Amino acid sequence: MKCLLKMTWMEAKLFLREPVGAFFTLAFPLMMLFLFGSIFGNAPSPVLNNQGSVDISVPAYTAMIIATTGLMGLTITMAAYRENGVLRRLRTTPISPLVVLAAQVIVLFMMTAFGMVLLIIAGKLVYHLRFEGNALNVLAGFVLCCLSFFAIGFVLAGLMPTARTAQVVGLALLYPMLFLSGAGYPRELLPETILKVANFLPLTYVVTLLRGLWVGDPWSQHLTEVLVLTGILVVGVIISIKTFRWE
Amino acid sequence: MSTVIYVDGLRKTYGTTVAVDDISFEVHEGEIFGMVGPNGAGKTTTIECLEGLRKPDHGQVTVLGVNPQHDGHLLCTCTGMQLQQSNLPERMKVWEAMDLYSSFYPNPTSWEELLTQLGLEEKRNSPFSKLSGGQKQRLFIALALLPDPQLIFLDELTTGLDPQARHAIWDLVRDVRSRGKTILLTTHYMEEAEKLCDRVAILDHGRIVALDSPEELIRSLGAEELIIFNVDSALPPAFEQVISKLGRMEKQGDRVVIHGKGNTAHLVSEVVSQLSLQGIQFRDLRTEQPTLEDVFLNLTGREMKD
Repeated sequence: MKCLLKMTWMEAKLFLREPVGAFFTLAFPLMMLFLFGSIFGNAPSPVLNNQGSVDISVPAYTAMIIATTGLMGLTITMAAYRENGVLRRLRTTPISPLVVLAAQVIVLFMMTAFGMVLLIIAGKLVYHLRFEGNALNVLAGFVLCCLSFFAIGFVLAGLMPTARTAQVVGLALLYPMLFLSGAGYPRELLPETILKVANFLPLTYVVTLLRGLWVGDPWSQHLTEVLVLTGILVVGVIISIKTFRWE
Repeated sequence: MSTVIYVDGLRKTYGTTVAVDDISFEVHEGEIFGMVGPNGAGKTTTIECLEGLRKPDHGQVTVLGVNPQHDGHLLCTCTGMQLQQSNLPERMKVWEAMDLYSSFYPNPTSWEELLTQLGLEEKRNSPFSKLSGGQKQRLFIALALLPDPQLIFLDELTTGLDPQARHAIWDLVRDVRSRGKTILLTTHYMEEAEKLCDRVAILDHGRIVALDSPEELIRSLGAEELIIFNVDSALPPAFEQVISKLGRMEKQGDRVVIHGKGNTAHLVSEVVSQLSLQGIQFRDLRTEQPTLEDVFLNLTGREMKD
């Protein structure tokens, strides 16, 4: 337990020392919020189901952070740790690989949550962000989405031979998904065909679930999302266990 | 003297490649035992079988009285391991690595003291990526010493270091041994094995081709030992006559080379006493002995290559 705490604290410091990861998790979503907030404001708009642009952006950008930490942060860190022999060194100590993985998950979860909190604070202070949901439901949905995407990250880290390929594949999956799923760009403004393609993207389910819970939808309205994300989580964990390599 | 490591008939293959072929040896408490040989001789595979990182195909391996395959966890807590090709995260600082790793062990030694002993005190706030090769290896030795282990594995510890850093590391390893710890190391530098190890196993193509103390290995070669000195004037015939009984003498201008067999200490004192007895002025006297490198050459018929 003591070593898990130490390990988690260490990984948190390392995360914040890595400028790219910290930028995309904490600063970039805020920049997007202020950029589009200053262009569109947060007045309710009929195009957006009578919500403001910022109201839909906060849960959508939260989905963006989840995808970034899962597909980039976690994948690259784990693949690099394996490739550089960091895991190899840890393997000669009495600690279990689970401690290493758990520390990674805890840190990325905390950082993702921190990114979301920054968005909410900025939204409240600057744009009078509206929230009609149940905070606990949103938190539960957030946890499910994070775990589901972290599982994808572990699968990629396990399957990719090097940190370099992990980075390329992670980026190739992340970028199209950010724009097509409605995470980086409002779904209401996307054409019908793209929305059909988006049904095959895991991030679409994250965006739908978080936006729904944000405006107070009951869980019963989002059973599909919960099922898909839980399915990804279970399959991802199984594949990660099978493909985990120390070196 | 108790046995710390016992290996009998160890064999390990990767596909059709035989990495280690029927190796047997023992390592005794308190010694520096070296495995030396060219790349691909099977040193790392052997050490990794002892560490419990690889599973042997055949043979018996006992380390500190346990089988590394079954009680690998136990070995992790009471041996120190330095591995080839291992790293720490680039931005982790020296003190953070020591602090973190010491939390993994039930009774760790004080990491502050280790940093001082290993001369890393000034570097405690440096990130891992900013350390020189020698400093990284010293940090890995420090990490290996954290559990206060009885036995330490050092795999290719000085590969890629400059001679000065290498000598500093040798001093460190001797210092660790003097504290009663047993050390098993691998190297492909014959000089390192010769200067550092109490006993050396020479490996080639997965087999042990020789195992003894470096001195014994060299002596068993029965090779010539050279005494070389310079003289300003011609040597008197009386001197040449005495020397011809001890060995063959060769003159190259001012330089005289005596090829002798047998005990060097005896040969040197004989030559020097003859020189002074006959009042011959000489300069730059030195001896050249065969090295472990020559032993390897003799055993395998080829030179060690890096």
